[in-house]
Amino acid sequence: MLEVTGLDKSYAHGREVLRNVSLSLGRDETLAVIGPSGCGKTTLLYLLCGLVQPSPFDHDADHTPVTLDGEPVRKPTPDIAIILQDYGLLPWKNARDNVSLGLKVKGVDKRTRNKAAKDMLARMGLSGRENDYPGSLSGGEQQRVAIARAYVQQPKLLLMDEPFSSLDALTRERLQHTLLELRRDQRIPYILVTHSVEEAVFLGQRIMILAGCPARVQAVFDNPGFGREGHRATPEFYDLVREIRQSMEVLWCVES
Amino acid sequence: MSPRSAKPLRRILEYLAACLALLAAWKITALCVGSAILPQPEDALLGFGLALIDPAFWKHFFASGYRAGVAMALAWLVGFPLGVLMGGVKRFDAVAAPMVFLTYPVPKIVLLPVVLLLMGLGNASKITMIALILGYQVLVAVRDGVRNIHPKYLDSIRSLGAGNARIFTEALWPAALPHGFTALRLNSGVSVAVLFFVESFATTKGLGYLIMDAWGRLAYVDMFTGILGMSLLGVLLYETVNMLEHLTCRWKR
Ligand SMILES: Nc1ncnc2c1ncn2[C@@H]1O[C@H](COP(=O)(O)OP(=O)(O)OP(=O)(O)O)[C@@H](O)[C@H]1O
Ligand SMILES: [Mg+2]
Repeated sequence: MLEVTGLDKSYAHGREVLRNVSLSLGRDETLAVIGPSGCGKTTLLYLLCGLVQPSPFDHDADHTPVTLDGEPVRKPTPDIAIILQDYGLLPWKNARDNVSLGLKVKGVDKRTRNKAAKDMLARMGLSGRENDYPGSLSGGEQQRVAIARAYVQQPKLLLMDEPFSSLDALTRERLQHTLLELRRDQRIPYILVTHSVEEAVFLGQRIMILAGCPARVQAVFDNPGFGREGHRATPEFYDLVREIRQSMEVLWCVES
Repeated sequence: MSPRSAKPLRRILEYLAACLALLAAWKITALCVGSAILPQPEDALLGFGLALIDPAFWKHFFASGYRAGVAMALAWLVGFPLGVLMGGVKRFDAVAAPMVFLTYPVPKIVLLPVVLLLMGLGNASKITMIALILGYQVLVAVRDGVRNIHPKYLDSIRSLGAGNARIFTEALWPAALPHGFTALRLNSGVSVAVLFFVESFATTKGLGYLIMDAWGRLAYVDMFTGILGMSLLGVLLYETVNMLEHLTCRWKR
């Protein structure tokens, strides 16, 4: 479904951030990306959704590193939803208008999109908060609005940039469960960037380690227990967490 | 802290308290000066109170209010969209910014003779003068406001597949509103000052005329009626802008 081959990115002043990143994501898969601060995880997500353009390196001119269902991704599309670091809600729009903005852009009429937004917010446990502005919502509530905003578009792919990192442990766990439930119902594949190994192992069917300067894919772990009831309490969960930690320690060490 | 969020009743009480404090200071100063030029506050207030039930005063008040109000609306109608465009469209900014910033430091009031020659002595030139001064302030504040929108908001809306027109209406425009209103509010005092200046000649209507005329007649209590009238006008303009901001920038409450 999503195919990424030989993705390179340098920013304007020649700083090379990503080199030769390749990955693929099937129709019902989830991937967690983990890597040190500043290694280019946000950049990777921006590239995947077309918000920034890859740098052509040794490739021929019509090499398209990112394709979704065979179509090259060159600019943002409603088919790929992204939840930005810090949620990306517009402060001047209330929860309903933030959620329905994507539908508005698509040209959906007001009644339909308001209803869709209301239902989605209710789904996220935010009934009655439709008229509240992000400034008056807690971090967890804002994150739920952001998730509603992404899901209401019915995208083919969902990208999330450290979605739960600034929440307290309890809120985080609750939202992680909500996310898994949504995936069970809607079958939308996602890629999630995180700093937490536990979160990666809880939410990722595969876990990809991105590190180095420029960053490359250093390792990909399979997570057979993903999505199983009580996964978080199994020995397999802890074994995988430990294994990933160890390889991270080696990689982070080499880097510094 | 934000004055906008205060409740109306509380707001009025705050104004009353401030008035009392000012009156006390006035009384002390008047006692010290002991001259007719600075009348006792109770005399001035009595004069002002009588003026409030005199249609002649309101004729002047509305003449001034009309000039200032129309000028503020004009300043907004021209300055705000231009500011958003300059802040949002790099190519337009490249052309317009040098012109704006070359003329920005020129005190617009020195253009008064030119404006008078071009537009005559009537309301048009007075309104233009005030609008010119205010419009620059709005334009520059709005341009800066738009340029300083955090890129994450633009990324957020672009990620939905929005084109430039949508980015304008859904992000740049609303984000610029508070900046425009702040400029207008901070400069409501300036517009009253300019109003006084342009009303001090070639007109027989307006609070500026009222003040200058009373001054010439050595009628100091009347003069203070004009001064108090101008203060009232300033407060009303300020509060009108507050109210408009309150209505259009709900997320700021
Ligand atoms: N627009 C840009 N222009 C130039 N350099 C950039 C830009 N955006 C990011 N960078 C640089 O690219 C590198 C990777 O940034 P990125 O935000 O992708 O990292 P990250 O892995 O998401 O970090 P964090 O974990 O802190 O969120 C950083 O060194 C950053 O300075
Ligand atoms: Mg990041």
